[in-house]
Amino acid sequence: MTTSTKSACETCPVHHTGNLIKLGVNMESWDYVVALAGNPNTGKSTVFNSLTGLRQHTGNWPGKTVTRAEGGFSYADKRYKLVDLPGTYSLLSTSTDEEVARNFILFGQPDVTVIVVDATRLERNLNLVLQVLEITPRAVVCLNLIDEARRHQLEIDDRLLAKELGVPVVPTAARQGQGIQELLKNINAVATGEYVCKPHRIKSESKALKHALNKLTGMVENQFPGLTNARWVALRLLEGDQRLVDAINTGELEDLIPAAPPESSKLDIPQNGKLAPHADREPATKPLPILQ
Amino acid sequence: MKEIPMNKSPVSSEAILSKANSLRWEIGENYHDSLIDAIYQDAARIAERVVTKTGEKPRFDWDRALDKILTSRITGLPVMLLLLTAVFWITIAGANVPSAMIASLLIDTLQPVLKNFAAQIGTPWWLSGFLLDGVYLAGAWVISVMLPPMAIFFPLFTLLEDFGYLPRVAFNMDNLFRKAGAHGKQALTMSMGYGCNAAGIVATRIIDSPRERLIAIITNNFALCNGRWPTQILIASLFIGALAPAGLAGLVSAGSVLAVTLLGIFLTFVTSWALSRTVLKGEASTFSLELPPYRPPRVLQTLYTSLIDRTIYVLWRAVVFAVPAGAAIWLLSNINVADLSLAEHIMNFLNPFGLLLGLNGVILLAYIIAIPANEIIIPTVLMLTVLSAKLAGFGGGAGVMFELDDANAYMNVFTAGGWTLLTAVNLMLFSLIHNPCSTTIYTIYKETGSAKWTAVSALLPIVMGLVICFFVAQVWRLVG
Repeated sequence: MTTSTKSACETCPVHHTGNLIKLGVNMESWDYVVALAGNPNTGKSTVFNSLTGLRQHTGNWPGKTVTRAEGGFSYADKRYKLVDLPGTYSLLSTSTDEEVARNFILFGQPDVTVIVVDATRLERNLNLVLQVLEITPRAVVCLNLIDEARRHQLEIDDRLLAKELGVPVVPTAARQGQGIQELLKNINAVATGEYVCKPHRIKSESKALKHALNKLTGMVENQFPGLTNARWVALRLLEGDQRLVDAINTGELEDLIPAAPPESSKLDIPQNGKLAPHADREPATKPLPILQ
Repeated sequence: MKEIPMNKSPVSSEAILSKANSLRWEIGENYHDSLIDAIYQDAARIAERVVTKTGEKPRFDWDRALDKILTSRITGLPVMLLLLTAVFWITIAGANVPSAMIASLLIDTLQPVLKNFAAQIGTPWWLSGFLLDGVYLAGAWVISVMLPPMAIFFPLFTLLEDFGYLPRVAFNMDNLFRKAGAHGKQALTMSMGYGCNAAGIVATRIIDSPRERLIAIITNNFALCNGRWPTQILIASLFIGALAPAGLAGLVSAGSVLAVTLLGIFLTFVTSWALSRTVLKGEASTFSLELPPYRPPRVLQTLYTSLIDRTIYVLWRAVVFAVPAGAAIWLLSNINVADLSLAEHIMNFLNPFGLLLGLNGVILLAYIIAIPANEIIIPTVLMLTVLSAKLAGFGGGAGVMFELDDANAYMNVFTAGGWTLLTAVNLMLFSLIHNPCSTTIYTIYKETGSAKWTAVSALLPIVMGLVICFFVAQVWRLVG
C-alpha cells in the first residue's frame, strides 16, 4: 500500500470474510470491519460505546472486557462492523485474551484497526501500538484521555506522533465525547484507502535478532509472496506460536495475501440492509488447553 | 495434519519451520526478552520526542494521597472492610421501605384484582391457581424482594468501580493470593463474581496460566453473587439483627453479612491453597497490575448502566427462572399422593438429613428447586414452610408463594416452621457454600471444555457446604 494513486483495490474491503466468519463474526451486510484494540483501562469500551451508540458496561479497572463485543455504525454511507477486542498490554504472550486479539487482527484482517491508547501513559501504550503495526498497516491511533493528560500537564504532539507511527492519530476524550467525529473521519479515510498508512516498523532489534528475523522473513516472503506482514509471521515462528505453525502447514497463510486488483470493484452492497445497533457477546473463545 | 495445497511444495513450508527452530536455538533463551527490549526502545524513543511536560508538578497529587491510604499495608485492608460494610449497611437500611411498598402494590392490591377478574370470566380454579398463585406471585415476589436492594447495591458498587477502586482491592489482596498459590488477578475475577459468578468465570480469561485459571474458576463460587445477597441480607436482618438492640440492628446485620463475605474470601484462599498443593500443583506466576488513576465517577451514567445492565438484567433473569419454579411448586404441592402432597413427601424424606445439617427438609428441597437461580431461594423456602407447617391465615392456600407485610410476619412463619438461630446461621453458610447455579455450571463447562473440571467445580463446594453445616450443627448442639 505504498502507491499514492487510488486503485480499485485500495477501496475494496481488505477483510477476509471467510476467516471472519470462522472467527465468529456475523458478516451480513457490512462494508468494512473495524477492530478496536488497546491496553486495558484506556477507555476502550467507552470509545466503543461512543462509536456505536451502545451502552456496554464500562468500568475503571483493567481487564473488564475479556470477551469480544460487537456493534455497528454507519459513516459516509458505509456500514461499519466494530469488533471490540480484549484489552491487552501486548500481543506476545500466551494468555487467551492476547491470543484472541492477536489472531483476530492477523487472520480476520480487519479493514481498520483502531488502537486506543492512554495519553497519560503514552510510552507504555506505544508498545502495543508498535506490535499491532507489525501485523497490519491499516490502523488509526485513538489518543484517548487527552483531557487527563492535559490535567497532568502533559502535552502531546499528535501530529509528530502520527508522522512517527505512519498512521493517523486522533486525540479524544471519549468520556466527554470529544474527538469522536474526527476519529470516525479517520477510520473512514483509512478504510476507503484515502489515507495510505506507512506504518512504523520496529527498528531497535539486537544484531542477533535482526539477523535471524531477516533470514526467516526472507524465507516466508519467498513462500508467500505478497504477504504484507511476513516479518510478524517470522517473529511469531521464532516464538514457536502453534497457531502460525499450523497456518504455514495448511497453507492458510496464503489466504492472507492481498488479492490482485479485480477487474471491477467487487463491492457487493446489499440493498436496504438495515443498520440496527446490536451487541453480541462472543461466547467462549476456545476451551482451555487443559487436561481433559 | 490437514491437506497441503497442490501449488505449494510442502518442502519449503517445512524448511521455514525447521529454519525457525534452528534459529530459535541460535538466539537462545533470551529471544523473547530481546524482542520486547527492542519494542520498548522504539516506544521510549518515540514517546520522548512527542511528549513534553509543561509546567511544574501539580501542587497536590490526589492519586498518590489516596493510594497512600487505600493501598497501604496497614490501612488498605481495614479501609476495604469499612467500605464493604458501608455498602452493605446502606443497602440493608435503604431497601426495607421500598420493598414493602412494591409488595403491597403487586400482591396486596393487584393480585386480588386479578383473582377477581379471573373468577368473573370463569377461569377454572386450577388454571387461576396455577397462573396467579403460582406463576404471578413468584414473579411479583422476586421483584419486590430483589429490586430495592439491587437498585441500591449495584449503583454503589459500580460507583466504586468507576472511581478506580477495584484494582486497589486486587493490589491489596495480591500477596494473599500468591501465598495461596493462586494468581493475583484472581482478586479481580472474584470481585466480578460478587456481581455474577458466570461473569466472574468468563473474566478468568485474563489469567494466563491454565492451572491458575482453573483455581480461579473453581473458587469463584465463594464470591457471593447477587442472587445470594438478598438471602444473606434478609436472614441477617431477621435473625442476627434481632439479637442486637434496635438502634444497632442494621449495623449488626451488615456485620454478619460482611462476616459471611469474609468467610467466602477465606475459603477462596484455603481452597486455592489446597488445590495448588495437590491436583493443580505449581508456582504462582508474577504479573504486573496497573493501578489506574482515580477518576471522578460519572454519577448519572453509572446509575443508568448499573440499573439497565445489572439490576434489570438480573431481575429479568430471576423472574424468568422464578416463574417456572413457582409453577413447579404449585404443582408439587397440589398433586396429592396418599393424602399428602408430593412436596410434603419430599420434605418429609429430606427432613432428617436437613436437621442433621442444622437446616431442614424445606431448605434442602428449596435448594433443589432453585438450582437454576439462587434468586428464588427465599420465596421458595417461605412457601414450602407455610405448606409444611400448615399455617392458617398466611398466603392463599397450598403452593402459593406470597409476600408478607412486615418483617415480623416472616418471623412468625419461620418460628412456626421450627426455625432457630442455628437454622438461620446455617442457611447463610449454606447459601455461601453450595453448588453454583446451572448457568454458572454451564459457563464453567464452556470455558474449560472439560466435564471433569466442571464436575469438580460443582461438587466441591456442595460437599464443603454439607460438611461445614454438619460440624457447625454438631458443635452448636453440644455447646448450646
